[in-house]
Amino acid sequence: MLSLNRVSKYYKVGTFGGKELAAVRDVSFDVDAGEVVSLIGESGSGKTTIGKMVLKLIDISRGSITCDGQDVTGLHGGAVKSYYRHVQGVFQDPFSSYNPIFKADRVLTMIRSEYFSDMARSEWNDKVDAALRAVTLDPGQVLNKYPHQLSGGQLQRLLVARALLLDLKILVADEIISMLDASTRIDVLNLLAELKGRGMGILFITHDLSLGNYISEKTVILRHGVIAEMGATDKVFGNPTHPYTKALISSVPQLHKKWADVDAEILARGGADTGTCLFHQAYPPTAPVTGKGAVKQDSSDLPPTLVKVEDDHYVGCFDLGAATCQVA
Amino acid sequence: MSLQVSDLKVYYRTLAGDVKALDGATFSIADKEIMGLAGESGCGKSTLGNSLIRLDGRMRYVGGSVNLDGNELPVWDNQGMNEFRFRDVSVIPQYAMSAMNPTRKIGTMTAELLESRGEKYREIKPELLRRIDLVGLDRDVLGRYPIELSGGMKQRMVMVISTLLDPSLLIADEITSALDVSTQRAVAETLVSFRDHGFVKSMIVITHDVSILYQTADTILIMYAGKLAEKAPTKTIIEGAMHPYTKMLISSLPEVGVRYANKKLSGIPGSPPSLLRPPVGCRFRARCPLAFDKCVEEPPFVKVARDHMAACWKVTGSDA
Ligand SMILES: Nc1ncnc2c1ncn2[C@@H]1O[C@H](COP(=O)(O)OP(=O)(O)OP(=O)(O)O)[C@@H](O)[C@H]1O
Ligand SMILES: Nc1ncnc2c1ncn2[C@@H]1O[C@H](COP(=O)(O)OP(=O)(O)O)[C@@H](O)[C@H]1O
Ligand code: SF4
Ligand SMILES: [Mg+2]
Ligand SMILES: [Mg+2]
Repeated sequence: MLSLNRVSKYYKVGTFGGKELAAVRDVSFDVDAGEVVSLIGESGSGKTTIGKMVLKLIDISRGSITCDGQDVTGLHGGAVKSYYRHVQGVFQDPFSSYNPIFKADRVLTMIRSEYFSDMARSEWNDKVDAALRAVTLDPGQVLNKYPHQLSGGQLQRLLVARALLLDLKILVADEIISMLDASTRIDVLNLLAELKGRGMGILFITHDLSLGNYISEKTVILRHGVIAEMGATDKVFGNPTHPYTKALISSVPQLHKKWADVDAEILARGGADTGTCLFHQAYPPTAPVTGKGAVKQDSSDLPPTLVKVEDDHYVGCFDLGAATCQVA
Repeated sequence: MSLQVSDLKVYYRTLAGDVKALDGATFSIADKEIMGLAGESGCGKSTLGNSLIRLDGRMRYVGGSVNLDGNELPVWDNQGMNEFRFRDVSVIPQYAMSAMNPTRKIGTMTAELLESRGEKYREIKPELLRRIDLVGLDRDVLGRYPIELSGGMKQRMVMVISTLLDPSLLIADEITSALDVSTQRAVAETLVSFRDHGFVKSMIVITHDVSILYQTADTILIMYAGKLAEKAPTKTIIEGAMHPYTKMLISSLPEVGVRYANKKLSGIPGSPPSLLRPPVGCRFRARCPLAFDKCVEEPPFVKVARDHMAACWKVTGSDA
């Protein structure tokens, strides 16, 4: 249904925009109806940039995105409005979506005036009620309140409810879970699962691997704008092949195992040394502890090719099988 | 004993009446203790954290006391709290990252903050630089604007600034939830190292991520609907919780490897009660599978085992 074909995005940076930062490079994948695809990567890896291109909030530098076979770049005027009726996004920082001088439920009434202006008030109220209950919000507690009177989690769920008011085919959910508590998280995840059961396609952007694993059928692991590994979720998590994917999985905070113990296990298995991996040399870890920013790639050097390791499972590698190769 | 909070009540004034977001909290934190604070969204975690340092105009002090290292904190008195803020109690607020003043360089901002506390930037700068090194940032961050730093860098910078004067208590509100796993780990480990280096004596770490608390906290306090539900050492909360709410909260966590297709996790059915007119008795009653007739009375938050407090009639016995 939604299809990304060799999509790249270069941002102009530096004084006078003289330099190019390759935020997304040559990315292709599909989101089908009734499917959740999780897009996983560290901060700055290009996840939000991909989401924004799908939502037509920024231009695509190279490649194309199609929805039901229609190129989204070519949509203008009324076609854009009907595109948004079917494709919507919810973003990470709930506060940025609200204007503090208006009541929070204005985000819902705006949908009414935009798309349902001829719907009877009682019918509309029922619709809002159902959407709020779907995200486990009590209408009495959240309607008619200013944003500062609601907690972060409540504001976030209000935005999910807003998306549910429309007849959606594709939902881009960009880190919508991180502000929610464990119990609400599960409710929202199960809700997404229910929506996919009804045929919605969901691009689930997250940095939380366990959530992605829980809900998605397909996983795309992004590293500095390029795909490091991609495929059926059970294959990517069950048989992680790229050294980067493995490192990422080992940083996940667990409930019954401390980071230090995980490190010790890795060391006992011979270490997480990525040694001669060419991918790692081209896309070195951002090394959070040293705090250096993301490495800036420019548009001239080539991304690695995606190689098939088994059915429905691909890995980004420069020279699979060569002596330098760490893919195992 | 480092922090002792007794029957603290703080409400929000609204047109419809008072929102009883913190309704009688009694607990203590020992020297060197990192206490995690968890509970569903809206249960009053941020309200509790903020009450210990600054009541904004909408918050109303209703009663109770806060004692830090033997000194009574005048939490009801915004002026009076000034001499304690930053020096004795410091907070890293939820969304601190987006709240940093975008027009000021990090160094300028730090200098202004210190001067406003009557400290000399020049005298403290060597220690500032040492700590910037320690958290793995480049010293040149001082010359950069907040927008130029990544989320994890900003978060570590905020940690350094807010603990520069070695406060006794640090309150960190959701400082890891917006970060990716590897940055999360770095920030969480920095928190622990600040305690180990003695930059802060004790800490309250507010988060939805109980698995982060498992990695960092010594004890965990669980709140529900403006009240305390349970407090115990981390391992006990994760593996041997007694309060029905805590048990349900812990079992709703998706662990690595669990998949919707194989095992559908469930949240806690229902939603927390309105804090405008909270129900009498145990506030968890409407959602509790174990509720019985005694629960129409409010269960006291009492010791149920060594280092273990809980507020539940099923745990304490109804004649407690
Ligand atoms: N200014 C305010 N006026 C009225 N009610 C408020 C105000 N601020 C917060 N509340 C209410 O007080 C309760 C506690 O809010 P608080 O921000 O402490 O929750 P929290 O546990 O930190 O939630 P989250 O996990 O979502 O950050 C919520 O029901 C919230 O809606
Ligand atoms: N408007 C912009 N101008 C210049 N660079 C940007 C802009 N937005 C994002 N970037 C850069 O593009 C890269 C990818 O960012 P983003 O898509 O936000 O990543 P993620 O969502 O995975 O954290 C980062 O290096 C970021 O700094
Ligand atoms: S006091 Fe009663 S209602 Fe409350 S948690 Fe215990 S058993 Fe459940
Ligand atoms: Mg993002
Ligand atoms: Mg909060």
